[in-house]
Amino acid sequence: MILAFDTSSVAVTVAVHDGKAVLAERTELGAQAHGELLAPMIASVLGEAGVGVAALTEIVVGVGPGPFTGLRVGLVTARVMSAALAIPVRGVCSLDAHAAQAVAEGAVSTPFAVATDARRKEVYLATYDLTGARITGPTVVLPAGVDPAVAGGPVIGEGAALYPAVFADARGPRLVSAGCLATYAVARIMAGDELGDTTPMYLRRPDAVESAGRKRVTQP
Amino acid sequence: MTDQPLVLGIETSCDETGVGLVRGTTLLADAIASSVEEHARFGGVVPEVASRAHLEAMVPTIHRACETAGVTLRDVDAIAVTAGPGLAGALLVGVAAAKALSLSLGVPIYGVNHLAAHVAVDQLQHGPLPEPTMALLVSGGHSSLLLVPDVTNDVRPLGATIDDAAGEAFDKVARVLGLPFPGGPYIDRAARDGSIVIDFPRGLTSRRDLERHRFDFSFSGLKTAVARWVEEREASGEPVPVADVAASFQEAVVDVLTRKALLACAENGVEHLVVGGGVAANSRLRAMAQERCDAAGVELRVPRPGLCTDNGAMVAALGAEMVSRGRLPSTLSLPADSSMPVTQVSAH
Ligand SMILES: [Zn+2]
Repeated sequence: MILAFDTSSVAVTVAVHDGKAVLAERTELGAQAHGELLAPMIASVLGEAGVGVAALTEIVVGVGPGPFTGLRVGLVTARVMSAALAIPVRGVCSLDAHAAQAVAEGAVSTPFAVATDARRKEVYLATYDLTGARITGPTVVLPAGVDPAVAGGPVIGEGAALYPAVFADARGPRLVSAGCLATYAVARIMAGDELGDTTPMYLRRPDAVESAGRKRVTQP
Repeated sequence: MTDQPLVLGIETSCDETGVGLVRGTTLLADAIASSVEEHARFGGVVPEVASRAHLEAMVPTIHRACETAGVTLRDVDAIAVTAGPGLAGALLVGVAAAKALSLSLGVPIYGVNHLAAHVAVDQLQHGPLPEPTMALLVSGGHSSLLLVPDVTNDVRPLGATIDDAAGEAFDKVARVLGLPFPGGPYIDRAARDGSIVIDFPRGLTSRRDLERHRFDFSFSGLKTAVARWVEEREASGEPVPVADVAASFQEAVVDVLTRKALLACAENGVEHLVVGGGVAANSRLRAMAQERCDAAGVELRVPRPGLCTDNGAMVAALGAEMVSRGRLPSTLSLPADSSMPVTQVSAH
């Protein structure tokens, strides 16, 4: 019994998957409220699926890339639940799950890219073949800096929708869903692939300026 | 003993990841991971650096606390967590971790105020907190004088800093004197070899200031006065007597803090003073507070330095007190509140 969630976008998304199918799933928008939304949503999705925490055997979490503060809410929740329940936790690149979702929904039939909102007028970007296998990325880039051959092709995700002048062929799904994250993880596990750990994909260094020494209060 | 609930406390309001385990008023474990060294080259705490460090330290610190206490997470009866005030992104990591524990273990969660936790921690060392008590909390983030009729429910701010926190003044003066960050321990050490020979200003102690800001503090003018004094020395080509400057600066800070704390005790008829926060580790503050409390007939309670700086045990201590007084737990939608008012002891 798998609990999957992702907090790498403006949404919080949670699903329970029994290894064959998604039993329950919820997605809520709330860019500044990941911390308030996630735990109650996990409780309600488990309730809806009729699954107690003790029945969980695995946790799968999206490791981004995504805005740091929200991303960390998902990662610390996954790590601590794993420790408290003594079950394994695995990480999946959120853009990979998003790509798999696009393929599963039939949104693409040729190679494509996924672009999500990185704020500061940038996008998180990765490119995929037509089966949803990642070719390049993820990186954080200005839309104008994206290879025109990629930007002109089909681009999935809210990052594409935000910059229509650059991404002419923007398509849905705009946000990743935990149901698809879980389904993607199960498919990977069945195929014998190793999923990753829960190291966050920050892709940016913290903003910080090394101290320049003391400031004088009197004129030298 | 074992019939008292086991409470796990999580603290992530600044740069320390703290996980404490408390049963009743007995401290079982106080595990800390600090990112202070990562901030040193920036001359202050960088919020994003602190938040990243909290994420990495959380699970190892929880495990370390359990090992020290000889318990497993399954034994925990309630979770307490700092809900505020503090750095927003840092608080959020601790609050999310606490919710994950509450959800996984099926136990209640108490989101509590960081300042009240600084007061409650004294119980772990000196036994049940006498109420009402006066609390002087001084650190890099706060300088507050609180009247505490009930640490779980009724905390009244009498005064606070109107500019820099006391600990901040220590950091800034340390920089002026070429001492490392964080400045508190280095100033304290340097001051031991110095004499109190420079009369630095005592902020908000004039007759007029005492009317408007009776129990408030101000350390910004003092910090500037120290910098000006040092720069004048340097300009005249004379060596700076670091030990004397450190001792004189420290004396000015400690004099104001203890003078106002004792005045507050006297005016409110309070006979117990708890001192907490990182600056409570300062040896001169401890000595002067003891002298003045003795003279005034006030009982001074200062926890050992490890309990004064930010830690998880203080949060567990307040959580345990909330449980024992039957206070209502928080919900899973408990928000982290970076500017949580001191009057609000718990969040829901
Ligand atoms: Zn503190």
